Order: sequence, then structure tokens, then C-alpha cells
Amino acid sequence: MGAIGKFLGRTHGKRGPDWADYVTYLYLILGTVLMFGPVMWLVTSSFKQQSDLLRFPPRLLPYRQEMVEVSGYDEPLPLYVVVFEDGTTRELARVRRVGIEGHHVDPANPEEIIKVNINQTTPVEQVVFSFDNYIRGIERFNFLRYFVNTVTVTAVATALTLLVNSMAAFALSKYQFRGRNSIFVLMISTLLVPLSVILIPLLLTIRSVGWFDSLIGVIIPSIATPTGVFLLRQYMLTIPDELLESARLDGASEWRIYLQVILPLARPALAVLAIFSVMWRWNDFLWPLIVLQSSEYKTLQVGLSSFSGELQTQWDTLLAMTVLTLLPVTVVFAFLQKYITTGIATTGMK
Amino acid sequence: MAEGGGIRGEYRVRRTLGDVVFNSVVDFFDGLFRPIQALIGSKRMPYVFVLPNLLVFVIFILIPMILNFSYAFTGGQQFFLADRTPVGGDNFAHLFDCGNFLDPNTCREDTFWIAMFNTVWFVVLQVGALVVVSLGTALVLNQKVKARAFFRSVFFYPVLLSPVVVALIWRWILQNDGLLNALIVAFGGERLPFLVSVGWTRFWVVFISVWSQMGFYTLILLAGLQSIPTELYEASSIDGANRWQAFRRITLPLLMPTMLVVLVLSVIRAVQSFDIVYAFSNGGPGTATTFMVQYIFNTAFMPPNQYGLAAAASLVLASILLILTLIQLRVGRQSELA
Repeated sequence: MGAIGKFLGRTHGKRGPDWADYVTYLYLILGTVLMFGPVMWLVTSSFKQQSDLLRFPPRLLPYRQEMVEVSGYDEPLPLYVVVFEDGTTRELARVRRVGIEGHHVDPANPEEIIKVNINQTTPVEQVVFSFDNYIRGIERFNFLRYFVNTVTVTAVATALTLLVNSMAAFALSKYQFRGRNSIFVLMISTLLVPLSVILIPLLLTIRSVGWFDSLIGVIIPSIATPTGVFLLRQYMLTIPDELLESARLDGASEWRIYLQVILPLARPALAVLAIFSVMWRWNDFLWPLIVLQSSEYKTLQVGLSSFSGELQTQWDTLLAMTVLTLLPVTVVFAFLQKYITTGIATTGMK
Repeated sequence: MAEGGGIRGEYRVRRTLGDVVFNSVVDFFDGLFRPIQALIGSKRMPYVFVLPNLLVFVIFILIPMILNFSYAFTGGQQFFLADRTPVGGDNFAHLFDCGNFLDPNTCREDTFWIAMFNTVWFVVLQVGALVVVSLGTALVLNQKVKARAFFRSVFFYPVLLSPVVVALIWRWILQNDGLLNALIVAFGGERLPFLVSVGWTRFWVVFISVWSQMGFYTLILLAGLQSIPTELYEASSIDGANRWQAFRRITLPLLMPTMLVVLVLSVIRAVQSFDIVYAFSNGGPGTATTFMVQYIFNTAFMPPNQYGLAAAASLVLASILLILTLIQLRVGRQSELA
């Protein structure tokens, strides 16, 4: 305790820890439990067997009962520790259960049946992280198809977002042309028109161009994000115009200037937008839910939601699929958290 | 370019496979766009650059915005506008046909008003809790804490989880045989009907959306806190101000612009809450957690597909959002002047 006190105390120099330090760290530790705990619980649960999932109260870690092969029996038998009246204990395999009585055999001597009250027995278990739920889920849930669809949407939409938004940002930051300000204001003002208020007419547009129930119908409406244009434009404004001028003197076309001068210099801003676009598209729900109808085109989020809405929630596979769905985002976050957090703090976009 | 960016990097000779590919792409597009530039002149090239973005905006935002009115003033279950019959303001009359506007049961379209009232309490509770919790966390993280970057990431992590994942995580914890009930029983309590009772479902919908969003606002507030010059605090402590006085007189006023941003963003998002709630409770039990967007979604995309009614409700929602934005812009300007 003294060491911890000294450790905490360092924040306030020689005065030693005061109450505010204790409150601070208590808050942070409770916060960590509350933020990470639910996800950890999901992950450990996803490795549990069906019988373990139904257990109340649940146990922290996934357990599996030990099974033994006993000669004379086709199936492996579950192993129990049996406590006899005289206090001796033996490990026996259970053949069957009749009411409150268990019929057991000694694996070493399978001829003799030992009948014991089940209250005297406890299962022999060990912690096993079983991937059964994952395997069953991937087979039953069509995970790979949803996964491929989601990756396609995310990758294509992000690539197009970067291209289209950086082109517009380039024009809006590096040229004087008629209508520039009106175009910029028009783009920014669409921030006021969220998807949720144009659902029906947007669906009409998509159906009219024949993109209903297809991945492209999910991708295209999402690629022109006002926040993206804004972020890139602000960044490109800091690139000196002299660079463009000297490139022009060298005979570069405007398009070459965009690709070879502007884009490489705007890489930090492009990286931030790329990370955000990946997160947005991976987690998108409302629009894919409306556009994607047939099972072969569903994304992970839509598939997961319809799977969980089925009459009997099959938690064993559902938990495993949820873990697989959050895994890519978690990995991206683990590696790029610095960019993500500073990106948000400086641009305020989500 | 990774090393520091800057102009000098441009002249460094470095040819990796990526460079070769990139250069050939540049050459390809250059060949494509050079004739265009020759045709229209370099002065008009910016129009070419904004064109793709503008097209997407016009086709997928601007035109739908206008078409929304056509839906709102037509009736029937037909989806395509050509098949729909004009009904004038009937959809709006239907929505606003109320005996007493404070009692949804007296309204013809009672679910609309239930959704409206649900949205009101949800926005008030959720935004209130969100601002308090985010501010508290930002203040804690703004102190000299060990491993601040780690804790900042901890609070931010749920922001990145998808709404469906968040809803499933919490449904698993809150179900009848779930972890939370196990803890309650372990401490001698009775199981609680978290996912069944109206009150508890409402509570958890607010809780979960705060849980999943607070990290985002914490980050913004933390950035605001860190932009306050530390000299101010040093000066105030020399003048004998205690912590509370420093918070009240320095932190709060200087954080006001950031707080306003947080308020604008969180209110606008809360009014549009849909996906977490859809995956968590699907608006239930009954209509206990049916909010505006869910009402629009259900009315349009569930039988009997009342597109006109849903579009009219969308316009009501859009006007609410517009009014909120204008109010907040006005408030923002006043707080800047003050």
C-alpha cells in the first residue's frame, strides 16, 4: 500500500497524495472496468459452451468438463469427482443419471457400476477456450459472405471518399473561380440534412438508378462527406501556392499538380479521413439496413442485427459473431489510436 | 514523405514499387485529363475537380431533399412518385390531428406523438448525462495522471464499436440470466427485469448511448481544457483562489465555446437516435423507446408503408433540427460577444 501511495503521491510533489488523487484514480479504474468490462465479458462468454452459457450465475471463464474414453462405451463419458460417505474421493465416469442417482464406472475397471447420490459428485472441469461457437457461427451465419461484403463496401467507399473529397478540396482551396464560395457553403450546409430526414426520397433515387439491393447503392451516397471536404480544404490551404506555380512553370497539367504535388503533401489529412471513413463505413447501419434486402448482399452489421432479431436468440453463435465483428475495428484502433484521438480533438468530427 | 513531410522530401530520389505504380497511375490520368484541360483551359479546371463531389451531393442529398416534399404531399402505398395521388396537406393534418397536444392518446397518429415525447425526454436525459459525464472525465484526465493516453483510449474505445455490437454486448449483460442479475443475486438482491420493464429499458437506452458516445465528447472537452493557459491557474493560486473558485471562474467560462460545440453535436445526434435503440429494444417494450427516426422508419418501411406520412414526419424532424441549429448558432454568437 505504501508503495502505491508513494506512486500516486508523485503527482503532487512533496506534499504527498491528497484526496483528489485518490478520487482521480478511483474514477479512472472504475471507468476502465465499466468501459472495457462489458467487451471482455462478451469475449470470454463467446468461448463458452452452450451448457455453460445457460448457467446461472455465470462463471467468469469458459469451462469444459473432462471426458474419458471407457472401454465398453461408444461415447466418451463425463468425469466426476465422487466423495464417499467414509470421506474418500475417487474420479469416476458417469454412465447415466437416474433421478438423483448417478451411475458411475471407474475408467480403470469399467465392469463395476457404482451408484452414488448426485449431490456427492462434482464435475471435473478445466478452463478451455473453445472455438466451437466460432466454427458453428461461421457455418450457420454466412459470416464470410457478410465479411466480404463489408470489406468491399468499406474499401471501395473509403477509396472513393478520399479521391472525390480531395479533388473538391483541391479546387476549393487552390483556385479562384466563379461560384466557389456558393459551392463550399452548399456542401457544408448539407451537414444540416442528415440521412434520417431523406430516407424515402433517397431510396427512390437509388431505386431509380437501379442500385437497390446492391453494394453500390450503399457505397455511392456515402462518398461525398462534407466533413471530409472541410478537413482536407483546411489542410490544403496551408500548402504554399508557390509550389503550384513552379510546377506549372515546369509544364505540369492541373491534374498532375493535384496528384503529384497536393496529394503527397496532404497525406496526414488524408490519413485521418481514411481512418474515419473506414470506421464510418464498417459500422454503418441505417442505410445498409434499408438498401440491402437479400442475404447475399448484407453487411455484417445488418446480418448481425437480423440474426439477433430471430425468434429464439442463439447466443452461442451470436456472441462469437459479435466478437468477430468488433475485432477489425479494435485492431485498427490499437494501432492507430494516436491518429484517431488527435484527429478528433483537432477537427471535432465523428 | 512520412518523415516530416515538407518540401525537401519532393526532391529526394526514392523509387519503390509503390512509386512506380503511383507514377504510372499519374501518367495514365494525366493523359486522360490533359485533353480536357486543353479544351476548356486551365482556368476552368476547378469545375472538373469539384464535379464528382457536386454530382453526388446534388443527386443523393439535394434532389432527395426536394423530393421529400413530393412524398409529404402525396398519399397511398405506392413507392414511385408517378403512381402516387396528390393529397395536399392531408398528411400534415393527419399528424397534427390532436385533441390535446400534451396527451398522445388523443391524437389520431398517436405513435408519432409518443415518439415525439419519447425523443424529448431522451434528448434531455441523454444530453444532460453525456455532458456531465464527459466533462467530469475530461477534468479528471486533464490532471497530471499517469498513463493519460491509455485512459483516454479506454474511454474512447466504445465510440468505435458499431451500434449493433454495443446493443448486443449490453443485451447479453442485461438479460434475465445475465452478468448484472448475477451480481445482484450475489449481493442478496432479486433479479430485475432489465429488458422487459418499460422503466428499466428506458434507463438502459439512455445509459448505453451515453456509454458508447461519452469518449468522443470527452476528447473534445479535453482538447478545450488543454487550450486554457496554465498561467491563469498559477496566477489564481497566487491570489489565493481554491480549486472550486479556479474551476468556477477560469475553467468554466473559458470552456464555454467547447461546451457549446459539444451541446450542438450531442443534441443533434440525440434527436436522430436510431441504430442502438433499434438493435437494443427495437423501440419496445410496446412503444416505450420508439423515437422519431424509428417512427419514420417503421411508418415507411413496415407494412402498410405510409410513405407520405413518414415523409411529412421527416419534414417535421428536419424543421426541429433546423430550429435547434439556429438557436444554438444564436446562443454561440451571444456567448462569444459576452
